[in-house]
Formats: sequence, C-alpha cells, structure tokens
Amino acid sequence: MTDSNELIRLSAAALAAKLAAGEVTSVEVTQAYLDRIAAVDGQVNAFLHVNAEEALAVAAEVDAIRAAGGAAADELHELAGVPIAVKDLIVTIGQPTTAGSKILEGWHSPYDATVIKKLRAAKMPILGKTNLDEFAMGSSTEHSAYGPTRNPWDLERIPGGSGGGSAAAVAAFEAPLALGTDTGGSIRQPGAVTGTVGVKPTYGAVSRYGAIAMASSLDQIGPVSRTVLDSALLQEVIGGHDPQDSTSLTDSFDNLVAAARTGNVEGMKIGIIKELHGEGYQAGVENRFNESLELLKAAGAEIVEVSCPNFKYALGAYYLIMPSEVSSNLAKFDGVRFGLRVLPKEGPMTIERVMGATRAAGFGDEVKRRVILGTYALSAGYYDAYYGSAQKVRTLIQRDFDAAFAQADVLISPTAPTTAFKLGEKLNDPLAMYLNDVATIPANMAGVPGLSLPGGLADEDGLPVGIQLLAPAREDARLYRVGAVLESLLEEKWGGPLLDRAPELQAPALDAANTVGGSN
Amino acid sequence: MAAINRDDVAHLARLAHIEMSAEELDRMAGELAVIVDSVKSVSEAAGEDVPATSHPIPLSNVFREDVVGHTFTAEQALSGAPDAAEDRFKVPAILDED
Repeated sequence: MTDSNELIRLSAAALAAKLAAGEVTSVEVTQAYLDRIAAVDGQVNAFLHVNAEEALAVAAEVDAIRAAGGAAADELHELAGVPIAVKDLIVTIGQPTTAGSKILEGWHSPYDATVIKKLRAAKMPILGKTNLDEFAMGSSTEHSAYGPTRNPWDLERIPGGSGGGSAAAVAAFEAPLALGTDTGGSIRQPGAVTGTVGVKPTYGAVSRYGAIAMASSLDQIGPVSRTVLDSALLQEVIGGHDPQDSTSLTDSFDNLVAAARTGNVEGMKIGIIKELHGEGYQAGVENRFNESLELLKAAGAEIVEVSCPNFKYALGAYYLIMPSEVSSNLAKFDGVRFGLRVLPKEGPMTIERVMGATRAAGFGDEVKRRVILGTYALSAGYYDAYYGSAQKVRTLIQRDFDAAFAQADVLISPTAPTTAFKLGEKLNDPLAMYLNDVATIPANMAGVPGLSLPGGLADEDGLPVGIQLLAPAREDARLYRVGAVLESLLEEKWGGPLLDRAPELQAPALDAANTVGGSN
Repeated sequence: MAAINRDDVAHLARLAHIEMSAEELDRMAGELAVIVDSVKSVSEAAGEDVPATSHPIPLSNVFREDVVGHTFTAEQALSGAPDAAEDRFKVPAILDED
C-alpha cells in the first residue's frame, strides 16, 4: 500500500491506474483526502461542506464491484473511485448548496445538476462543496459570506475567484479534481494564482443545468485539476449534450484525453495576442510567459503575433452584459420559494417589503452592486447606450477571434496580469478587482474555450504564474494537445510538478491542543 | 451618457427590491459612478452597422420531445420554502391593507 501522503499527491490519472490495478482501494484514497481536509482546511477554508459519509459509501461500493470482478467491474468508468470536490454553485442532493451566500444558507436542492448525475454515474466519490465568491461574483473569494479561502502558496494571499475554493482544494492536495464555473475567468484565474490547471470549455460543451445562474450567456462549468490530462479526463466525464439545457451543444467532445496524450505541437501556429501582455502585466508574469513561448518554439511550434483591437472594450462590455443578466437571474431570490425570508422590522408586511428586507439581509455588497448596475443598464433610456452597445462589442470580439484564428491554431497569453495579491488589498476598490479578469473575459464573451496551466513562479515574489491557451469554439482538444506539451516541457525544466515547490502546510496540532486545554 | 447619482441608486434599489440604508446609498452611488464611468467607452466602440450578439453560440428551435419528464412532488418543491401551507408556497400579502 502507498503512504497516504504520497497518495494525495498523485494525479487523478495515476490514482485511476492504481485503483484499476488493485494496488490501492477507493476507500483508502478517499479517506486519505478526508484526513488531509481535516488536517489543513482549518487554514485554507476551501470547503464549505465535507461529505465524508456519502463519499466513503461510494468508494466502498466501487471497491466491492472491483473485488467481485466480472462484467460490472469491467464496466466501471476509468475514474470510478477517484474523489472530486464540487464548487458550491452547483446543486447536489444530500448536501447543502449555498452559492457562498447568506440568502441560501442551509438550503438543500431537491435535484442534482446534470454534471453531478454524471459524476454519480461514473461513481466518483464527492468529497464536499467548495467556497466561492457569493454567486460567483468576484476574483478573490473574499466576497464569500462564509469567509475567504486562502492561497496554499501563501495563506495571507487570495486564491483567486470566484472558484478559489476548488483551486485551493486541488493545490493543497485536499482533492485530486474539482468542478468549477467560469463566467469571466472564475476557473482559469484561480488556476493561475494557485499553480493548478483549469479549463473553461466551449460554451455549451458541458451542461449548465443545475449550476445556479449568474450570467447565463457567459457561464460555463469546467474541470479543475493538477494536470492537463486530468482536466481532459474530467471534461469527458461531465461533457455531452443535455436536453435539460437549451444551450447545450450536440457536438461530440470525446477526443480530449487522446489530444492530451498526443503531445506534439510541431508545425502548429500559436498566436500571441498583442493586446494581452506587456503594459499592465507584472514583470515576473511577462518573463514566465516569454519562457513558455521559447519552449513551444523549440518544440517545433511557429509563434505568430495577432492583434485583437476590440479586446480593449471587453472588460467594459462584460461589466454591462454580466450585471444585466445577474439582475434578471437573481430576481428569483424573493423570500418565497427558497432560502432566507426576513420580515421588515415595522410597517405593513407586504411581499414587496418582505422582498426588500430579505434581499438587503441576504445579499452581500458585491451582489448588490451588480444587481443595481444591471438594473441601471437595462432601464429605459439607457438600454441602447449600455446593454445594446455591449452586445455589439460582443460581435466585434467574436470577429477579432475569427481573424486571429485565421492566422493561428491556438492563441496564448498570460492568464492574469499579476500573481496572487494580499487578502484585503483590492476589496474596497471594485474596479481594481475587476481588472484581474482582463485576459480571461474575451473567451466568455465569444464562447470559445480556454485553459490555464502553471507557467512557473514570478521572480519578484515566488508566486505561481498562469499561461492561458485559447482555441476556436468546439476545438477544446487543441487546448489539451498544446497544454500537455507545454506542461511536460516546463516540468522537465523544473524537475517535477510546480506544486512540489509549494510550502508544506502544517496541521496546527499545537493550537488544537491549546484550545482543548484552554477552554475547559 | 449621464452619470449615476444617489437618487438614481435609490430608485434602482427600489426597482431591484433591495432595501438600502442612507449610508449604503451614499457608498453605492460613489462606487457605481466610478464603474459606470469606466464602461462608457463601450457605447462609442461599435458603429450603427454592427449587429448585436446576445448569445455566443446561437442555436435555434431547441425543443425536447413533447413527453412528460421529471416532475417534483409538492413536498420536494416546497422543501426549501421559508413558509408553506396546504401544499402551496405561502406568500406575504400582495396589497397593503390601507
């Protein structure tokens, strides 16, 4: 049997191989992760809920099927028995779903999201639900109503957002895999600042049924992992057409794992987006980015420069379209059908006043800002100037991508302009916070897929830098192909995975002892 | 484009059904003014001839087969409701008595 400390550091693909070979049981793997969560999550705060009992039951079921052998064992999914964490924006039967908001505290969904049904069908034990900015609105998880998640590389820094919980869980070896959602970068930017891999699939490649909607035309569920191959394996589990989601694509995306295993970029054209690096990007980010370009060039790729002149309007257009959709999607939190109800302190108890009091108490500042901004952008007299113009910009961004992909097979940029910043640093400056997503937003506006992988550590602060790859819509496989090559070239240079260089998280054993001794 | 002021925010908060204190209105008006100012270039970016895109990958006529699918029992549908009676959501008064 493998030591549990070694076990939790294995990739999902390596775990799957060990499970299939009978070298380790799913109960051992799942328990090792639950032990790790118990040891370090007090510091990281990646999990809002831990689902130990159900996870162990699923693990035991997989082990029993394997032990019995025969057809049932042969039919097990490749990832059967490999545990996973789920962003708490995705609804699950049997566990609370809060969306990081007080308005849904303690709420249990009566149904499973489609992606959860697929995890259950593959018999992957669900370890629990991960922290996020409230309703996925933020770039740091500081907007969670349940306290921020901390970056395992430096506990005083943000893990990115909104999916900081999923990224930190994977980076801190509290899970081998996780699900995230990406509306403007919420999978990729946390991946970048925690030294992990995150993918936003093509819009419609993974069903959104059961993901609590933030901005329906931008939201996308996707994989979070420590390796490119693991994300490919997970996207193949959760992807596919779903009649429950009218935006779900009928295309087949079953070539992703094969692409990750192909490992060849010879003759591929990789485009640097002129507008997404240079000014405004931290020097260490820029250095690691240039280094990746050199490696790809040495591996036989042709590096070309492309220009996407309308990307400079993307952030502004996003902050009109997204809040507009938010204001509409969040209208359902009315204190009647689910979640919190707060009664006004005085005066008549009408539905309108109950709604006002409920939403005032249940929503945090960032959610309120975006609902008000969206209500403004959609109001009579401003609609054409704001929402209408933003939709036109969306067309311009799509045209920029079309032109760029006529010159290159994939595009490349830094994932985020900086490495992880300190908790609290940008909390009172919404605009500075929004700028974190400047490189990730264009993909959501156009519906194209994007992948972030670790590109090394910035010289000035020793913190992870993310490299983003972008491909045309429906060409997710290209991301995995190029991503896997770049990952292997970088790991060869580093002598192992980047996460090997993250500081050890210590279980605070002394503090626990003091608490017990002191409080009694 | 017009700037956003405190009265606008108070009006929008009423439309959005979010009660706000005087202090919150002041703060929100300041923050939103900065954000609105930063997005105003968007209205100058595209000419008249550029069509709007509402959906990144448009699909049309998406229909399921017209058969009864999964439905919730009343108990399931009401399981998260703050108040329910006789298998229904219990809603506060719609109209004020005065």
